Amino acid sequence: MYEFAYRRAASTADARRLYEAAGDPQYLAGGHTLLPTMKQRLASPSDLIDLAGIDALRGVSRDGGAVTVGAMTTHAEAAASAVVAGAIPALAALADGIGDPHVRNRGTIGGSIVNNDPAADYPAAALGLGATVRTDRRAIAADDFFAGMFETALEPGELAVSVSFPIPRAACYAKFPNPASRYAIVGVMAARTAGGARVAVTGAGHCVFRATEMERALDADFSPAALEGIEIAQDGLNADIHASAEYRAHLVGVMARRAVAGCA
Amino acid sequence: MTATGIGARAARKEDRRFLTGNGRYVDDIDRPGQLHAVLARSPHAHARLGAIDAGAARAAPGVAAVFTAEDLAADNVGGLPCGWLIKNKDGSDMVEPPHPVLATGKVRHVGDPVAMVLAETRAQARDAAEKLEIEYEELDAVTDTAGAFETGRPAVHDAAANNTCYDWEFGDKAAVEQAFAGAAKIVPLEFVNQRLVANAIEPRAAIGEYDAHDDRYTLYTTSQNPHVIRLLMCTAVLGLPETKVRVVSPDVGGGFGSKIYHYAEEALVTWAARKAGRPVKWTSERAEAFLSDAQGRDHVTRAELALGAGAEFLGLKISTVANLGAYLSTFSTAIPTYFYAPLLAGVYKTPAIHCEVRGVFTNTVPVDAYRGAGRPEACYLIERIVDVAARATGLDPAEIRRRNFIPRSAQPYQTPVAMVYDDGDYAKNMEDCLVEADAAGFAERRREAKARGKLRGLGVSSYIEACGAAPSAVAGALGARAGLYEMATLRVNPSGSVSIITGTHAHGQGHETTFAQLASERLGIDFDSIEVVHGDTDKIPFGMGTYGSRSLPVGGTALARAMDKVVEKGRKIAAHILEASAEDIEFADGAFSVAGTDRKLAFAEVAGAAYVPHNYPLEELEPGLEETAYFDPPNFTFPSGCYACEVEIDPETGVVSVERFTAVDDFGVLINPNIVEGQVHGGLVQGIGQALYEGARYDPESGQPITGSYMDYCMPKADCAPSFAVHTNETRSPTNPLGVRGCGEAGAIGAPPAVVNAICDALNELGVRHIDMPATPEKVWRAIRDARAAA
Repeated sequence: MYEFAYRRAASTADARRLYEAAGDPQYLAGGHTLLPTMKQRLASPSDLIDLAGIDALRGVSRDGGAVTVGAMTTHAEAAASAVVAGAIPALAALADGIGDPHVRNRGTIGGSIVNNDPAADYPAAALGLGATVRTDRRAIAADDFFAGMFETALEPGELAVSVSFPIPRAACYAKFPNPASRYAIVGVMAARTAGGARVAVTGAGHCVFRATEMERALDADFSPAALEGIEIAQDGLNADIHASAEYRAHLVGVMARRAVAGCA
Repeated sequence: MTATGIGARAARKEDRRFLTGNGRYVDDIDRPGQLHAVLARSPHAHARLGAIDAGAARAAPGVAAVFTAEDLAADNVGGLPCGWLIKNKDGSDMVEPPHPVLATGKVRHVGDPVAMVLAETRAQARDAAEKLEIEYEELDAVTDTAGAFETGRPAVHDAAANNTCYDWEFGDKAAVEQAFAGAAKIVPLEFVNQRLVANAIEPRAAIGEYDAHDDRYTLYTTSQNPHVIRLLMCTAVLGLPETKVRVVSPDVGGGFGSKIYHYAEEALVTWAARKAGRPVKWTSERAEAFLSDAQGRDHVTRAELALGAGAEFLGLKISTVANLGAYLSTFSTAIPTYFYAPLLAGVYKTPAIHCEVRGVFTNTVPVDAYRGAGRPEACYLIERIVDVAARATGLDPAEIRRRNFIPRSAQPYQTPVAMVYDDGDYAKNMEDCLVEADAAGFAERRREAKARGKLRGLGVSSYIEACGAAPSAVAGALGARAGLYEMATLRVNPSGSVSIITGTHAHGQGHETTFAQLASERLGIDFDSIEVVHGDTDKIPFGMGTYGSRSLPVGGTALARAMDKVVEKGRKIAAHILEASAEDIEFADGAFSVAGTDRKLAFAEVAGAAYVPHNYPLEELEPGLEETAYFDPPNFTFPSGCYACEVEIDPETGVVSVERFTAVDDFGVLINPNIVEGQVHGGLVQGIGQALYEGARYDPESGQPITGSYMDYCMPKADCAPSFAVHTNETRSPTNPLGVRGCGEAGAIGAPPAVVNAICDALNELGVRHIDMPATPEKVWRAIRDARAAA
């Protein structure tokens, strides 16, 4: 780890002020990706702006047809939230399956979606449930938020404040974890929403994506059988020592069918 | 049985300090004025080493010194030695290239140390190491085991033609050819026993210190055998008499073999402490451990088993390529030869066995002993090919084993590969295991699984292994450059408390408890008045340390002999005081008594008399009560057992889950069943880890390690193993008076074939014959898919 300045923001406005005053700053949420990267000397921000002291970024609330989760809400808090479990059990289950207890008690939903790791779980929830990301300056639909591998629609210094999930009629997240890291090799969030079926896939590609052919099939018949025979193209899928693109494509089908079955 | 004697489930004495955070590991030690060392390591798998410009590094803040191979050469620092000379088939010596402490001329694997930076803080040393300008001329790399000796491959060492260290053979080739000529069936199997990373929970660390007043060095190191490190470092590397060096191995957090060897960092910090005039501390990071700790296994093998008409094994023919890595680690050459081929009879009567092994150099981290060390490779080979032979002959895997087991009545049994098994009932181990595993109920469990869409399989593995390598004279004749005995001193203190001074070393095994139980049993004294002293060359006369499950059979026996000597002397002292003849003195329950009378002296009273000899036979006996014994065993001990594993496979994903695992082990006499069960549990998890999860991988083009962290190197986790059912049988080992056999490695030896046999049993109906380890989900899914396509 190289030397850096540690700053603690008192509010979102304070965070933005600190950000703009620094040379090469990074916001610090749970730090579960950023700190190991810094320890490996692969990242060297001049300033870390810790968001842990901003109360406005924490907590879970239900407002009519949506559940809103503050960006600094930890995975453990989301998993244990009666509000989340009551409205979107699939979201609570997803949060409960991220990493291990250490990760879940430090890692945050904001950190996860802003980092947009191609194998992270929360992007599948945000995209699969059609969430809206609120920032300190605007609202961004999940369909527009996840821009590419480790890339989002956020402007430099823009701070994610919360994620609002419309409550689906039914949803289920089926994950095939990497046996080593327990990140998703393939994770599929399937949901029946007011606007139709949504299927979001993480782990398989460079960025979370919607399986639109599956969604169309499910709009006609929301059942695992409707997905039989739908092949996911291997082109552009990830390939590594844990899973080839061919195997990932196969797993997308398996996990999607299981997620749909889990919506019953 | 007493609460703290042999067989008692005594709570581990050492756990109080470990569980309360009071363990003292090398990294917990800080010496006054110490500098921190960081090693600059090669980023390339294979490159010619050019100029090193250390100017900017030396000028960096806090830097005290930068050392390269030139500095070592100027001080005549030698290379790291290899402990075992292997002979080629033609009788010539193996190729033994230099193993420099810092890379010289070339770098040969990613992580090869090139320079050492010393600074006031670790961060400063690391910053400075990044400022080193090191010229590399990249060369093509070779990493694959099977192809390393093909012509035209990059040469790791100029002296080693075709990257071959040795081309060795063992056994009777002519007898095997004859057996094959008369065979009713020949069953071949080609397979990989993949490379593993040891992954002790405590990374390696070393602190060197030089005391100018005494002209003496101290090395604190995470070693399994401090005396061996002192011997190798003094004689081969630093050219110092042992009297000038103290080596301390305090609490050590796991070794699994990887902390046996003499590593470059140990010699570097010791040498540099004098150069810099200050203590020097180095602690490995986990990422560094993946690049610098010796790794394990890495065989590619073709085996053939010849069977008679009744499925009796007639002959076994084996050809193995063993990857030794870039340099010869301390015992690297012996593991795929003398710790492998002599175990190839397994528990069977196979009369003719021949094995050839080619040891090859590659641009990878050196390979050496890892939990089991050669025996897991042998066991996996036998127990897999026996299962394949069962399929080929249409026999139940248990039945083909029954037909071929060495019967108890044939013990001691001379195998065709030099070993003389000491005792064991291999058939009983398996039959007991099948009962404990409820093999009779398996068919119903399989049906139930099938109804859930899962494929269920049952696999067994009947293992034998060899602990407490011995005797020294035989090992020496086979090329060993070290002895294989162990020593113990029993120091009875004046009040009757006892210090056990042992040349073995504990790094998780619980010796402080087990050895105290031996003394409590033999001497009838309070468990809490016994201490175990180990891990410090200034406190212990000598020792070979702990590896190969040797501590109890070899070190425990040395202790038993030292205790016998103490009792013998105590009888003479007691005879004098009690005015009786020594022959009439009995020792039992912690007291010396005159046979047939109530006249007796407590052990502590005799100890007191020995140190305050007012009423003492000084004309015939020296004062004091301390005895030392060395024990060089006449033979190995041979633990055996049978494991039964049940797996379920999800055919859609290929995921294998271990549902049941039953172990029946014969470790001879158990000193502490709790500790034994802990060893079995840990070994089984490591064995399951090899079977399903672990594997060190290198990029075939660049030679870069791909599995350099736990993000990619898959360690088994708590949810990867079921609750184990662990049982024991007991045949006393006749090799030592305690009747013990050793239990540290059996799990890791016997488990991998049990798991793979279970997988192949589950997939047998599809026609899958073999799957290489680790049986990852994708590999299993492909096997299922390909088998279905072929059907």
